[in-house]
Amino acid sequence: MGKVVLKLGADISTDDIYPGRYMATVLPTETPQFCFFDRTEFNTQLKNKQIPQGSVIVADLNFGCGSSREQAVSTIKGHELVIVARSIARIFLQNAINLGLNIIICPEIEAEVGHELEVSKDKVVNKTTGKTFVNEQLPAARQAIIDAGGLIPYTRKLMLEATK
Amino acid sequence: MGMTVVEKILARAAGVPAVKAGDVVEPKVDLAMSHENGALVMNQFKDIYEGTGREARPWDPSKIAIIFDHRVPAEGPKTATNHKKIRDFVGKHGIKKFHDIRGDRGGICHQILPENGYVRPGYVVVGTDSHTTSHGALGAFSFGIGATEMASVWTLGVALNVEVPPTIKVNVTGAFPKFIAPKDLILHLIGKLTAQGANFRVIEFHGETIAKMSTSGRLVICNMSVEAGATSGIVPADAETMRYLRDEAGVTDKIEAVTPDADAVYERVVDIDVSALVPQIACPHTVDNVKPISELEGKKIQQVVIGSCTNGRLDDLQAAYEIIKGKKVAEHTRMLIFPASSRIYAQAMERGYVQEFMKAGAVVMNSGCGPCLGIHQGALGDDEVALATTNRNFKGRMGNPKSEVYLCSPAVAAASAVTGVITDPRKGGN
Ligand code: SF4
Repeated sequence: MGKVVLKLGADISTDDIYPGRYMATVLPTETPQFCFFDRTEFNTQLKNKQIPQGSVIVADLNFGCGSSREQAVSTIKGHELVIVARSIARIFLQNAINLGLNIIICPEIEAEVGHELEVSKDKVVNKTTGKTFVNEQLPAARQAIIDAGGLIPYTRKLMLEATK
Repeated sequence: MGMTVVEKILARAAGVPAVKAGDVVEPKVDLAMSHENGALVMNQFKDIYEGTGREARPWDPSKIAIIFDHRVPAEGPKTATNHKKIRDFVGKHGIKKFHDIRGDRGGICHQILPENGYVRPGYVVVGTDSHTTSHGALGAFSFGIGATEMASVWTLGVALNVEVPPTIKVNVTGAFPKFIAPKDLILHLIGKLTAQGANFRVIEFHGETIAKMSTSGRLVICNMSVEAGATSGIVPADAETMRYLRDEAGVTDKIEAVTPDADAVYERVVDIDVSALVPQIACPHTVDNVKPISELEGKKIQQVVIGSCTNGRLDDLQAAYEIIKGKKVAEHTRMLIFPASSRIYAQAMERGYVQEFMKAGAVVMNSGCGPCLGIHQGALGDDEVALATTNRNFKGRMGNPKSEVYLCSPAVAAASAVTGVITDPRKGGN
């Protein structure tokens, strides 16, 4: 169960999630401080650890559009937030899968800040309104990477097999 | 069943006779490009080998390209240290397609790759940059990936689990009127498709207008295909591709064109006639918020930027030069010009463009991304408005979330720099 802590519109860009001016910071251990940096109040709450892990960001269509910067994923992953979006831009989706960020594509989702959501692979239940929304499954091609726990362990395994 | 150009490229790269949209393949990568974010790729690459007892060595250094462009020269110690780490890595592994901060061979990655002949028709190109879509202009299947995925490519030499994307065919007809450019075409198309209209899809460009378009123009439309969400834009290789590769990129060895089958299956077909197109402006804060210039004329602007991997090429500078020569940039407006590569910079000097720009009051900066991504060089002040030939106008893109960025063609940018307000270049005075 996670509480909705932020509700966003359509076309949320990677510049919004992780402004370009902090791109010299690359390490996943260092990026979380700049998460949604220009949404000052939210960023401050994150930095002060006022938002519990597993909290949910709900977004409309095309979440994560724009740049390929992986910081936009590691910055959210660092706080272990869950993204429930009506659709997700391609590169962001792949980066999220590769880094093991919990993302849910839920085309009909309706939820407001403060609502309690029960998020599973197949559906999202809004406990506050009592409504259930069916998820779109992530691309099947990527399931093996998710199952392996991300692209690094997945590639490591393939590399070891290839160089036995 | 016929195949689209991308299906053909993927089938070849995956070593299978045929593929169709939705199939999952693991294509061999012909070129793997990174810029400053190579620092993160290196980190992830090391991680893959962590604890395995194997030495981390890239699969094929001759297929890796690294270009410094996003923050050049370095704006601070962090970037400078990233540059240094990458230089060490490049030296250690003998990566030859490396372009450091230099006035003889530096520039923006999406110009350096084509102008050096690194991209060929039929290639599978991946880059840790979303505008890697640009290289579809040379008939390659070229798409953006994240740093971890690049680390995986450096390890294995293939792109893992790629789902063959469906293709949207865009058929372009008509001749461009004076002052209307490929930038107006692509802005118009993005407005039509919306920012997500081509998500997970390829845009394949066809038609008489594309056949007549230079590679420079094709780079513009493929570059911005990603702003409609596309995995890639592509112009199947033709006579112009060969001319560019031979005459401009100096390629002497064999070039093989890959073209789509006549009975290829497209998800949809979009027709555009450019003969009635007017200058297009993408308004804040999404690229698909496209309006005809008539709705914006007279809007005051504090900064004009001409450059970027979209419109920083010689023909773009020429379009600006023809409007700006003998005139002055408005007093309340700053005009910043970033040639896309050192080669273009030198050509612009030889042709006298740079001198005219400076006489007019413009500042001609070093080749690189500059203000396009808002890290250094030309950030905006609070409530300031910029008009740029770049490709993104997201909130905060030019370094300040309290500013606005409008996108346009080089001709509109130059005409507006003179007046200090958004100006239609077709209306006299120019
Ligand atoms: S010029 Fe702008 S869009 Fe192009 S590669 Fe550089 S930052 Fe990206």
